Amino acid sequence: MAISKCITNRDKVFERITSDVRYKEGLKSCMNCGVCTAICPAAEFYDYDPRLLLTTVQTKDMDKIEELLKSDFIWYCGQCMSCKTRCPRGNCPGLVINVLRKVSQEFGYFTESRMGRQQYAVKRTVGENILKYGYCVHPEAVKPELHPEQGPVWKWIFSNRKGLYDRLKGNYNNSGPGTLRKIPAESMNELHSIFEVTGGMRFYKVIDEYSKKKVKEMGFEDDEKNMNQYFMHVYKDTGE
Amino acid sequence: MKREGKQQVWKDYQKEIADNDYYFQRSCIRQNFFPGSEYAFLKILREELGKNIYDDARQTTCTGIGYHSDIIPFETIQTVVARHFALMTEKGFRNFVISCVTSFGIYSEIFETWKEFPEELEKTRYYLKKATGREFELPENMTHASDIIYKFREEIFAKRKHSLVNAATGEPLKIVEHIGCHYAKIFPRKGVGGAEFPQVLSGMIESWGGEVVDYPERRHCCGFGFRHYLVMADRGYSVANSRKKFESMEPYKPDAIICNCPGCTMFMDKWQYVIAETDKKTYGANGNGIPVLTYEELAGLILGYDPWDLGLQMHQVDSEPLLDKMGISYDPDLKYTGSNGEKMGAPMQPQFIH
Repeated sequence: MAISKCITNRDKVFERITSDVRYKEGLKSCMNCGVCTAICPAAEFYDYDPRLLLTTVQTKDMDKIEELLKSDFIWYCGQCMSCKTRCPRGNCPGLVINVLRKVSQEFGYFTESRMGRQQYAVKRTVGENILKYGYCVHPEAVKPELHPEQGPVWKWIFSNRKGLYDRLKGNYNNSGPGTLRKIPAESMNELHSIFEVTGGMRFYKVIDEYSKKKVKEMGFEDDEKNMNQYFMHVYKDTGE
Repeated sequence: MKREGKQQVWKDYQKEIADNDYYFQRSCIRQNFFPGSEYAFLKILREELGKNIYDDARQTTCTGIGYHSDIIPFETIQTVVARHFALMTEKGFRNFVISCVTSFGIYSEIFETWKEFPEELEKTRYYLKKATGREFELPENMTHASDIIYKFREEIFAKRKHSLVNAATGEPLKIVEHIGCHYAKIFPRKGVGGAEFPQVLSGMIESWGGEVVDYPERRHCCGFGFRHYLVMADRGYSVANSRKKFESMEPYKPDAIICNCPGCTMFMDKWQYVIAETDKKTYGANGNGIPVLTYEELAGLILGYDPWDLGLQMHQVDSEPLLDKMGISYDPDLKYTGSNGEKMGAPMQPQFIH
């Protein structure tokens, strides 16, 4: 979807939200009991409240919904889906979150919040791993400098990865079945084709384009060097 | 309630687990961080239990981590999942076994979506045909890999070399089990014991001689948070959740933590290191952490597999305290060696945790 076509047509935004099957499944009939908020780990850690989220969406007030889509609020959920288990009406605020996050990115709202802007970092790491390796996570991409929490054992694994995965009967970067095998070219082609046909590739471009637009708004050229700096900024910026 | 009544209630929390002929769907995180676990799972099924399980080179990631961190459209992940069902169908299998708990949640969500919204299934069939030329049948039986180990836990124990008993005292070892949110919280009926009485790991622990630790935050999330962990700025969310669990289980002095989900295993291992580095706080005895193992690693130890063949050297928290309690002998000099016994250096020793 090109940026020029992404007019923030409020009817279109609301229609996009409510037509998603995950919205229909995630919000059936909320009685505002707040059990979701009581069980929610994100509500304990952040200033987050899934009950308020569902209440806001149900108002159909586009001023409020637009505010939501531009805020950190929709990015707090950790997707554990504990809300699904406990809701007495079978709702799932975590599923509604998936829809709101999708729409926030489609319409470019996500770059208005610190946590929304992080989607550029997620796309550049896990997103690109998928298309490059065929895995969400690959040892070559878990660079110790980006993952200090992985500790010295991961640093050792990273430095000895070929020998170690062989030691553990893996098939590291080789053809044929087995742990961490190289995904065959035909399978990678099929994966790329699925991304093209289903809009996955287009969605990556949307995240890229709006992120570049943000960089320009900040007064910088959207060249490779600045986009790399933007990546590191959104990756590390805690907002403090 | 009469015993018959209880049995009837318990039936509602059971699931059908296929007996043989499985198509295996690998896990990104398990392959990266616990490669010995998937190897052990296949070895146990094929060599210990005599089962037929197919490991397909053509499969890819399910994209689940990307989906839950909201960079993958629902249409895309549905079609990737459909491709895996097509590969299963082409090979003549109908029993789909999933190694990753995130993937298990994904496959279950998509399966249920297709039941409730048949138009999504038709749309996915169209996308898959257009993108790959493939067609698919739905699995007749879909399980997490741990369900299979749970089903055959007694057969495994019958071949045991070790059990979850302290070799010195004869007392059962105290084990924390963590099943992972996406195993049963989204679709309770798809997990053994549901979300209320999850049995998949506790059943293994009890059958293998151990004692399950019941602690207040037993069902709390490990804190992965998907996007929260993936972005360095938000990792505080992840460690804070794991910490909440460690603080809650600490008074019960667990001998080990056993996890269902590869992500949870990784976080509960690594975050103990981070907490030790930042706060000089450890949760095991004598400055040690609490060893965190996958259920395949635990099954492998029960069956007498070498700890370094299982990949326990890849854990940040040392597993040796558990091995010692179980009376398992191991060669410390081989811990950091390659396939031919060649030395591969050793990780730097952290200051505050072992």
